[in-house]
Amino acid sequence: MTVAQPPNSFRNGPDERGHFGIYGGRFVAETLMPLILDLEKAYAAAKADPAFKREMDGHLKNYVGRPSPLYFAERMTQHFGGAKIYFKREDLNHTGAHKVNNVLGQIMLAKRMGKPRVIAETGAGMHGVATATMCAKFGLDCVVFMGSVDVGRQQPNVMRMKALGAEVRPVESGAKTLKDAMNEALRDWVTNVDNTFYCIGTVAGPHPYPMMVRDFQCVIGDETRVQMQEAEGRLPDSLLACIGGGSNAMGLFHPFLDDRSIEIYGVEAAGHGLNKKHAASVAGGKPGVLHGNRTYLLMDGDGQIEEAHSISAGLDYPGIGPEHAWLADIGRIKFLSATDKEALAAFQLCSRLEGIIPALESCHALARIPDIAPKKPKDHLMVLNLSGRGDKDLDSVAKHLGGKL
Amino acid sequence: MTTRIDRRFAELAREGRAALVTFTMAGDPDPKTALAILNALPAAGADVIELGMPFTDPMADGPAIQAAGLRALNAGQTMVKTLALVRGFRKRDDATPIVLMGYYNPIYIYGVTRFLADAKSAGVDGLIVVDLPPEEDDELCIPAMKSGLNFIRLATPTTDDKRLPAVLKNTSGFVYYVSITGITGAAAPNASKVTAAVARIKRHTRLPVAVGFGVRTAARAREIAAGAEGVVVGSALVDALKDSLDKNGKATPRTVKAVAKLVSELAGGVRGAKRKARP
Repeated sequence: MTVAQPPNSFRNGPDERGHFGIYGGRFVAETLMPLILDLEKAYAAAKADPAFKREMDGHLKNYVGRPSPLYFAERMTQHFGGAKIYFKREDLNHTGAHKVNNVLGQIMLAKRMGKPRVIAETGAGMHGVATATMCAKFGLDCVVFMGSVDVGRQQPNVMRMKALGAEVRPVESGAKTLKDAMNEALRDWVTNVDNTFYCIGTVAGPHPYPMMVRDFQCVIGDETRVQMQEAEGRLPDSLLACIGGGSNAMGLFHPFLDDRSIEIYGVEAAGHGLNKKHAASVAGGKPGVLHGNRTYLLMDGDGQIEEAHSISAGLDYPGIGPEHAWLADIGRIKFLSATDKEALAAFQLCSRLEGIIPALESCHALARIPDIAPKKPKDHLMVLNLSGRGDKDLDSVAKHLGGKL
Repeated sequence: MTTRIDRRFAELAREGRAALVTFTMAGDPDPKTALAILNALPAAGADVIELGMPFTDPMADGPAIQAAGLRALNAGQTMVKTLALVRGFRKRDDATPIVLMGYYNPIYIYGVTRFLADAKSAGVDGLIVVDLPPEEDDELCIPAMKSGLNFIRLATPTTDDKRLPAVLKNTSGFVYYVSITGITGAAAPNASKVTAAVARIKRHTRLPVAVGFGVRTAARAREIAAGAEGVVVGSALVDALKDSLDKNGKATPRTVKAVAKLVSELAGGVRGAKRKARP
């Protein structure tokens, strides 16, 4: 009887040192270590404080606009003729994406810790906009690091951040995208340790970030459980979300991990194709250490990190959150991928069938519906996390489609 | 078990002076020039050599050392070549300690066991791995100590008295005091603050303390050397190297000399410092 058993619960991680299996950990410079330990303590205290939760729930309802609807995508369901497709409408949150759920929690924590200055990295700009928004609301200084390539392809978000009073610092190192923005944010943090809170945008980085960001994003899945019960009288049969770092996916998936009959699909960005330039770190990477955690990373044979590529700036990162890496290894999440082209096709289809312009990030999840939904029976309930709105991507999409939207 | 590092600091203690610890990047700007630089360092006055292992994402380094790593990688530097560089140096010099400094991922991917065996046989004496705090000691620190390599830890201004014992626990060779909160090559530290910080560390350990970050000139090296067992200079040397390159970033006949010249000046500073004898 030595057959490997799945764990009693998939929701017990991380351990006290921040590990999910072999993944996670605290791989940071000594200068940052005391800050991370402080943060861990402050978060534990906030989590145990009913007043913190009360205040957060209030802001989520009245400022963010939660709960976000669970919407039955009727025409898309008819189009594919299989599973009943629901969208979790994170695009309808204030600031236009799921990112704000996490940022609210972290900025409340920054305030509680007495940190007057907040830094963040951003790719598509959604996390940057959410951070700039919450810093405006709570009266904190905000500096957002953004690769200069992303500054170019996500101009609307750059303008929004500036309008919200944040300073946007273009990063010129490396490929000038999300990974480089994160390096630069870490360099800033190591320099401004006394007054600065680092608001990480995804379920990655040193412990406690992957756990904390997950906890703040779990509102997505928690609501979905209740809403699906109300709509259909039972839980969904499958879940689908795009994964860069993986915060929208983790937020939807985590509350369902122990409902073992539910199929869970994470979709990575396959860029130009998995045998070319892409951003699919589970499909094309291996375990390594970067940005404070051990996880799947895109790298060469010598441990040098490779540049990712995705049409979606929010997925253009050569790593993934450590809990996803663990869930991939033990098979609880099935990892798929979608190319730039497939994402563009999904962008057009969703816009025209449902009157919802999805973020290019979310389009990667939408792009796998044609493979999965038609094979399912009509009573199969599928929830796709529509993690963000696509207004920011219109220029980029128009360019890729040769000017024809 | 003593290492070249222990022996070197013991010698210098007897001479009553501090060590000049130099940092250059392995493979910068190309493997051949990097070896020539390494070979020139001891005669120019380097007492301990830190050799950077290039990494694409050096999150604690400023622009100078980031660029040095990229020059090395673009010239084809790998971990195998970095270890070969040490082996090449050891053919001529069996006394000057060499400390490899960098980030964990290239070591992890090379394989910890294989790395430690190859580093030891190449003639490496110690390791500084920026992103391995004591919380991750099982990864490399403990295995390195077992294989006879010093694991040199960074202590920083944020490492308070409560945390220092944990940081010092598995540290050997020397303690590297990062004199500012910031990245390499950033603003110079305030000398009296540094002296106080070094004194604070010394209350917790008998190990030599070397001070780095922000030391660029002989005068500053002299000031720091008065209160510590070692002075680390990195970005200034890397900048001197860079300034000697041609338009295409290639080495010129001036490159090795430019680095050696600055090392001599810094060594003059360190050797000119008035040191108080250790109690």
